[in-house]
Amino acid sequence: MKFGIQINEGPYTHEASTTALNFVSAAIEAGHEIFRVFFYHDGVNNGTRYTTPPQDDRNLVNAWSELAEKYNIDLVVCVAAAQRRGIIDKGEQERNGKDGNNIAPGFRISGLGQLIEAGIQSDRLVVFGD
Amino acid sequence: MPMLHTVNKSPFERGALESCIRLAIKGSSVLLIEDGVYGASRGTAASNMVENAMKDLDFYVLGSDLKARGVDENRLIDGITVIDYSGFVKLAVENDKVQAWL
Repeated sequence: MKFGIQINEGPYTHEASTTALNFVSAAIEAGHEIFRVFFYHDGVNNGTRYTTPPQDDRNLVNAWSELAEKYNIDLVVCVAAAQRRGIIDKGEQERNGKDGNNIAPGFRISGLGQLIEAGIQSDRLVVFGD
Repeated sequence: MPMLHTVNKSPFERGALESCIRLAIKGSSVLLIEDGVYGASRGTAASNMVENAMKDLDFYVLGSDLKARGVDENRLIDGITVIDYSGFVKLAVENDKVQAWL
């Protein structure tokens, strides 16, 4: 079965990003496909590689990047939500004249259409967050 | 058309569980996750509401979130099923839709 995932909450707000990560891992383990993970609202904060928690704390950004690389999962950050919160890739950096970018490996920035497509193409869309 | 409802906020903090119970159609499943697991405790201000709803709805609770909060499984309302993440995925597959009450 194909799953679409939507995450509306940052990595250190409550628990949604952790729950979603565990759900995605369990779904893959059960042989299901993850069509896309869409990070919306404060959820875009899961996609900055500048996140530097203490060494003995879980690093959710890295955990998402590693999972994406291992299983080839499409991690999409909402562009409008990202711009408001300073989550920027090379293209957005050039377009907005910023002095750097911070998108984490395995993430890409795109529009809300990607969420709609995930809703249409997936058998289930599961939402996590506030 | 069975539907899985997830509730991730405590019934003592928000009205998500109450809204879910009020609007979920008979035969639906409700999964309590994150702070929502407090709704599974026996003998609280919210437990009557859950016990009454169990006539029409199946209740599940995520075991790891109970454990993270120190809520002993012996303290749960009778009839609530404790599941793990593979059980969560299974519920999502078995139901036609998943609705998150945030």
